[in-house]
Amino acid sequence: MLKSKSPAMRRYTQRIVLLMSGYVAILFGVNAYFDNSHPTGLSAFAAAILPALPIIGVFAVIARLLVELRDEYLRVMLVRQILIATGFMLSVATAWGFLEAFGLAPHVEAYYAAILWFGGLGLGGCVNAWLERRGEAS
Amino acid sequence: MKNRLKVLRAMRDWSQGDLADRLEVSRQSVNAIETGKYDPSLPLAFRIAELFALPIEQIFDSPTKKD
Repeated sequence: MLKSKSPAMRRYTQRIVLLMSGYVAILFGVNAYFDNSHPTGLSAFAAAILPALPIIGVFAVIARLLVELRDEYLRVMLVRQILIATGFMLSVATAWGFLEAFGLAPHVEAYYAAILWFGGLGLGGCVNAWLERRGEAS
Repeated sequence: MKNRLKVLRAMRDWSQGDLADRLEVSRQSVNAIETGKYDPSLPLAFRIAELFALPIEQIFDSPTKKD
């Protein structure tokens, strides 16, 4: 995300690795649970929501990175990256919603918003690099 | 914002990394400030001024002042 080996970035990386490992384990577990036990009612809801928790955790970890980053320049870059990601995700989701409403696009699960947002972070990183090269970092 | 950071750093024979360590920021930040891509906050500008023992206006050119 950012070119830095600061303690804040190291903690960020550790937390992301932990959450992503948890996500993979939970996703496999919940899939197996639904395939084998066919849960219903409250237990089905509880199990289905479990894979979302590590992803929500990633959002919290990114917010935490913003707080813990002591380097104000890197913080500005990260804020821009987050704004680009949010704008990208909202734009695509809004456009897709209208296409879907008029029967021109298939239904897509809402969790794809998170995937779009993570893609937007990558896009934001590219914009940051491009602006840095052009000499317009802030 | 134009500044004399590169000159002041060179006078002390410091690399960008040396200055970054002294200011507790990334080398990326020092480079961005030196090249005028990023204007530091007031607290960071004061830290820079204190490190070089100079008033802020002797390091950074006022953006409103025309030469």
